[in-house]
This record gives sequence, structure tokens and C-alpha cells, in this order.
Amino acid sequence: MKKHYRILEYALSSLLRRKYKNLALFFIYTLIVCLLSSVMFLTHSLKQEAINVFIDAPELIVQRLLGGRHDLIPLSYVDTIKSFPGVATVTPRFWGYYYDSLTGGNYTVMALTSNASLNLITGRMPEEGECAVGKGVAQARQLDINDALFFTLASEQKLMLKVVGIFTANSSVLTNDLVIFDKNDVIRFFALDKAKATDLMVKINNESEIATVANKIKRTLPDTRPITRSEILRTYENVFNWRGGMALVLFCGALLAFFIFAWDKATGLSAEERQEIGILKAIGWETSDVLTLKFWESTVISFTSFLTGVILGYIHVFEFGGTIFVPILKGWSILFPPFDPMPYIDLYQIVVIFFLTVVPYLASTIIPSWKAAIADPDTIMRT
Amino acid sequence: MLKARLFLWLIKIEILLLIGLYIHSHFMVGLREREIYGKRQLVRELSLTDMALFTEARYTRDISQADMFTPFQDFPSSFDHFPAGSIIEPNRDNVRGR
Repeated sequence: MKKHYRILEYALSSLLRRKYKNLALFFIYTLIVCLLSSVMFLTHSLKQEAINVFIDAPELIVQRLLGGRHDLIPLSYVDTIKSFPGVATVTPRFWGYYYDSLTGGNYTVMALTSNASLNLITGRMPEEGECAVGKGVAQARQLDINDALFFTLASEQKLMLKVVGIFTANSSVLTNDLVIFDKNDVIRFFALDKAKATDLMVKINNESEIATVANKIKRTLPDTRPITRSEILRTYENVFNWRGGMALVLFCGALLAFFIFAWDKATGLSAEERQEIGILKAIGWETSDVLTLKFWESTVISFTSFLTGVILGYIHVFEFGGTIFVPILKGWSILFPPFDPMPYIDLYQIVVIFFLTVVPYLASTIIPSWKAAIADPDTIMRT
Repeated sequence: MLKARLFLWLIKIEILLLIGLYIHSHFMVGLREREIYGKRQLVRELSLTDMALFTEARYTRDISQADMFTPFQDFPSSFDHFPAGSIIEPNRDNVRGR
């Protein structure tokens, strides 16, 4: 133990001798770990939040497809689906998108499906001639409660609504672009066929029968496409999986940078480092001592960088809302919710970051040192 | 041995800080439990199916409701020109077996 302590002291002195080079190494290493951990923290947090929230999503949504596109579904399908055993209720949903030329934003317009009072709203839910809007819409249109909101699609499709509710900022991840109308207002505004709905929401008595009912709907009404709640949850698991999609794009850049950096270390030692090993061997150090020294040198760099990087990653995502990633995620969206991710942490992810960054770095510094340490000291010092 | 002692102290402080952040995360999740409850209520009562993250195109706004070939419906073999379309994986789950 005492020996390791002394070698660590020597390793630190050795690192301080090349302090600018090692300091630069520490900053780059920390930055890469910070980026990797930020990606993992952000995607895991969004995934976990989606899973926790969409556990209450509709059990089954039935869409109609026409020519491979989503089409309005006839309300006559309601009775057909209701007649299936196990189906509790079938509720038509009326919704659509509205491009607001004033702000350039896309709003999601939905009709009310229930009259329950909600916790995350300032004001109340709308009745006919009224609307409730998300925080993003309220900010884009500078709206407050009791203000008037004007929508227009064509000369016949105009609506002047009174804003009676604004969804709170902490619900923005769900409601930022949402505008809630009364059902009749949605039908009138989009000029929908009165015998049709956008899709159907099916409630099933026994949760284990969802897949069976979905298959039965598909068989009986072949032009429909049922989407189950478990599929919604699986979609979010896939979208925010760190090994695919969004995360992979962000992740790959940082990981590639790290591999180039580790590869550079692995391909050889500098002349100064080789000379140092030669001198140590010449004054009586064993190969194992040289390897222990190199192990401690890389441990000092990698552990401090890893710990600092993970701490900074946490602060970046959970205190500053992942500001670095916002321009990438925002794309062309005008209404983008302010990020305030829930700090869900999975220890498995920290272990993955450790194995992706610390272990390859240790290996890449030990191998060339071992090659130099087993060579003749005289030869090393001459080269 | 001063440098080694200082280094070990630094590592100890960083590990303690990390453990502190882990505990902080659990505490914050507990504290924001009501927020999750409120969001679940929103999802249940408004029958929401998707997050309002990428509002630039209908298939990025409602990821779970879109099918795999939605971006190409604008015209045959059209390119996906929305930035979010390139960072969201196609929704393979909803297409499989349907």
C-alpha cells in the first residue's frame, strides 16, 4: 500500500511536469464525458417521464387508413367496435393541426373529451366559444386569461374564441402547442363531416384483452389501424433509447471524438515519456513498477475527468435544461417547450459511461507503456 | 506525500458530490411527484398520446400515431426534409404485424 502511495506521489509530480499538456487532456476528456453523460441523462429522463405519464394514455386508438394515409373515421364504426366483447366505451376524438401564419408555429387543436377539472391549468376548461391554450401558444400570441384568440383557415372557417385557461409551464412538455376547443367548435372550424371523427378511443374492460380486441378490430374493419397503449409506450422507449435514434446522433459524435483521442494515446508514447521510462528502468525500477506508475498516471487523469464530467453533465441537464442540445432538438419547431427534465438517474448508465470512457483510456495508456518498459533501457533512451 | 494526499481528497470530494447529486435526484423526483400526477391526469382527461417536443411536422409531433412511411407521403420517394425527422427513429413497432 505504502509503495502505491509513493508511486502515486511520483505519478502526480510526473503529470505536473507536463502540466499544460495534461491540463488540456483533462479538459478534453472532461468535455467528452460531460457530453456523453448529458445525452444519457437527458434521453433517460425523457424516456422515464414518457413511460410514467403515458401509462394513462388511451388503451386503444383506432385510425382509418385511406390510400396509406390517415383519414377520418366514420362514426358508424363506433357501434361495430362497441359490439365486441370486452369493449367498455368507444369515444370519437376530434383533433387536427393549425398553422398559425402570424407566429409561424404549428398548433395541435383538440376537442375536449371530458369535463374533469385539471390540476395543471390556470383558469378552467373551455365550453363552446372558448378555448384553453398551452404556455407556448400563450407566449407566442401574448395571451392572457379572457383575451380573444382569432383563428382562420378560409373565408368560411373563422373562429373568435375567448381564452379561459392556460396550461401551466410545468406541463409544457405535453401541452406547449396545444389548443383545446369544444367539440362543436373543432367540427365547425375544420369543416369536418358530421358523420366522421379524426379517430376513435376505445376503453377495454380487461387490460389483458387489449391486443385481442385490437386484432379483432383489424380483422373486422380492415381499413383501420389500431394503436395500443403498449405501442405508444414502446415508441417512446425506442425514440429515447440511448442506443438509437436521437441519442445515437448526439452520442456518436462524442464517442467518435473519444475514440480518436484514445487511439492517439494508444499508438505510442512521446519521446520524452519513452526516455523517462528508460531512465527509471536504468536506475533499477522493475517493469511492474513502471506499469504501476503509468496505471496511476492514467487513473489520475481518467478518474478526475470522469467524475468531473459526470457532475457537469448532471448540472448541464438537470440545472440548465440541456442548453447545448436545444438547437439540435429544436430543428424548425417554432414552439419548443422549455426543458426542465425530471432528474431520473439510472446507475447502469453511469457504469456504461465508466466502461466506455475510463476502461479504454486505461488500456490505451498501459499497452504502449508496457511495450516500452519491456525493452532494453539503453535502446529506449537512444531512440 | 502532499500531492497524493491532496489528490485523494479531491477524488473523495468528487465522489461525495456525485453521491450527493444522486440523492438530490431522488429527492427532486419525490418532490415533483405531484407534477407527474398532474401530467397523468392531463393525458387521461385530454386523451393525449404524445409529447409536444417536435412540432415541425405532424409525424414528429405525434410520433406514436404516425406510421413508418408517413414522411414519404408528400409525394412518392420524397425526402424527409424536417430536421427532427433525422433524429427520430421510424416508428417500427406500430408497423410490425399490422
